[in-house]
Amino acid sequence: MTIFEATQGILNVKQIVKTFGHFKAVDHVSFSIEKGACYGLLGPNGAGKTTTIEMVEGLLSQDSGDILYKQEKRGRRFYEEVGIQFQNTELPHYLTVRETLITFRNLYQRKMDLDELISLCKLEDILHQDNRKISGGQKQRLLLAMAIANDPELLFLDEPTTGLDPQARRHLWDIVFQLKSKNKSIVLTTHYMDEAQILCDTIAIMDHGMFIAEGSPHDLLEEHLSGASLILPSAVKDQANLEGFPWPWFIVRENNIEIQTQDVSSCLAELMSRHIDLTGLIVRPRNLEDLYIKLTGQALRN
Amino acid sequence: MFIRIWALFVARNKEFLRDRSSLGWSILFPFLVIAGFSLMFTENSRGMYTVGILGKTMSNDPGIEDQLQRFQKTRFLVLVPFDDFDTAIDKLKHHGLDMILSPESGEYWISESSPSSYIVEKMLLSNPGEPGKGFAKRVIKGREVPYVEWLFPGILGMNMMFAGLFGVGFVVVRYRKNGMLKRLSATPIRAHEYLVSQVLSRVFTMLLTTAVVYGGCSFLYHFTCRGSYLLLLLIFFLGAISMVAMGLLVAARLSSEELASGLLNMIAWPMMFLSGVWFSLEGSKPWVKTLAQAFPLTHLIEGARQIMNDGAGFWDIRIHLLVLLIMSLVFLALGSLFFEWKKH
Repeated sequence: MTIFEATQGILNVKQIVKTFGHFKAVDHVSFSIEKGACYGLLGPNGAGKTTTIEMVEGLLSQDSGDILYKQEKRGRRFYEEVGIQFQNTELPHYLTVRETLITFRNLYQRKMDLDELISLCKLEDILHQDNRKISGGQKQRLLLAMAIANDPELLFLDEPTTGLDPQARRHLWDIVFQLKSKNKSIVLTTHYMDEAQILCDTIAIMDHGMFIAEGSPHDLLEEHLSGASLILPSAVKDQANLEGFPWPWFIVRENNIEIQTQDVSSCLAELMSRHIDLTGLIVRPRNLEDLYIKLTGQALRN
Repeated sequence: MFIRIWALFVARNKEFLRDRSSLGWSILFPFLVIAGFSLMFTENSRGMYTVGILGKTMSNDPGIEDQLQRFQKTRFLVLVPFDDFDTAIDKLKHHGLDMILSPESGEYWISESSPSSYIVEKMLLSNPGEPGKGFAKRVIKGREVPYVEWLFPGILGMNMMFAGLFGVGFVVVRYRKNGMLKRLSATPIRAHEYLVSQVLSRVFTMLLTTAVVYGGCSFLYHFTCRGSYLLLLLIFFLGAISMVAMGLLVAARLSSEELASGLLNMIAWPMMFLSGVWFSLEGSKPWVKTLAQAFPLTHLIEGARQIMNDGAGFWDIRIHLLVLLIMSLVFLALGSLFFEWKKH
């Protein structure tokens, strides 16, 4: 018996490959998801996340490799027991929120109680509104409700909070926490590192069709990163003085300069010796976003 | 399976019935066409008139022969030879011919309710030859089908064709384009279940709007259906399924509304002109008549006309029913086979 066969995860993916023409979009990817766990899949655009997820969801067929749900090949039972939320899905026109939920519930044999579904996704106030007249946050909550209308055991969430304001994101996170508390397994793709850090038990970072790191957020940070980041809001004008600086530095969002270092004291001394403006200096521990950039070499949402 | 089909059937019906602009147009359009034609009884924009020549094409009477020669030189006339009087007169009664001329006996017949017959008669009489020696007018014996009653099944059929082809084809392409079909594919529903729900929903709404149009026109223009309403419902039902299935076949893989529009128009417009909606194909080239038999609209309109105008029974229109049934099954089978949830 192989290690793979011995694994009792709800979903086991082994060595899947997908090629489009001469382009290998997914290259021997394997992972396993435990019951009740949230698994985050991160990576830059074009890394192969969507192709991987669509193969697991059954929307694309893999060229080779195996995908097992509850230790079996995926059949009709898989579609009855999983829920899927795509990003940017249009809603049926001219239907109300309630009618949409009823329609989707009726596509399954197993159904979540309608009142529970409405309450869980906080849809009480918009039940009788036309789908076309709800806000972005409300639409994401409805899409999530459609995805869990069958009370799924395994839920796929594809960038569920992209484009939402902070409050709407927090609302959605609350729902995901409640689903986790009900022992639902979740596969989440996201571009928000804070979201992955908060929601996921395990994350995998993908690039060029392969997993380049996998583990819990804490373990990955321990393994790959230590030290701190120095953020310098006022130093862009002093870029010339950073020529030959001993630690790596980048221009990041809002024209800040970020320096990554293991030795904060020496770094600060070097900055002062070069007469760099330290006004507004922030020193923070390294996070998942730093790890992501380190591993993929790309800024988020490139 | 039935619950899933029912769920999508109900959802699609609600979408259609709440889309007031589409619903309004699908009812208003045939009314406008019928109203327009009822006003156009005194004029006809059609450029071609069909005249049946009974028996010999020449007359021994010099006066009649002279009038015939002059008449034949008139533009926009198609002359079709007939040997059998009854066949020719039946065509005239059903607006397959605009006039019958018998050079041998020096007689002519026209349909009193047809605007085309009126114009062709004027053409004939404008070439009188010697006074008192031209063709003599004869009255059609038996019942003649009023022109509007002949036209009406064609208008209903045409409306069903547009509703079926575009109503379903466009919606499926739009849903594929905006990801709605992809979302449905992630549920337990199968392709054929989805297609059946769409066909049933569209056929239901098409029959509903057709019933409203039929009732309204019947009230306004005093139409009568001489055959069975149940049989009429059956042929409309099969006709609607075949049109919707054809629309689904065209939309089976497309994700571009522009391309879908082009393809659907490419099918719809020849079908409209060659299926006898506006005028009979009598006098057309044989290949045109053969091609017309390949269109479901031809069988829908011919069957409906036989029921409404002549009181035909099930056995009389069995071929039309059978062809529509076969076309529906073939289009649905191919549509299911080629159907894709996702855009390429």
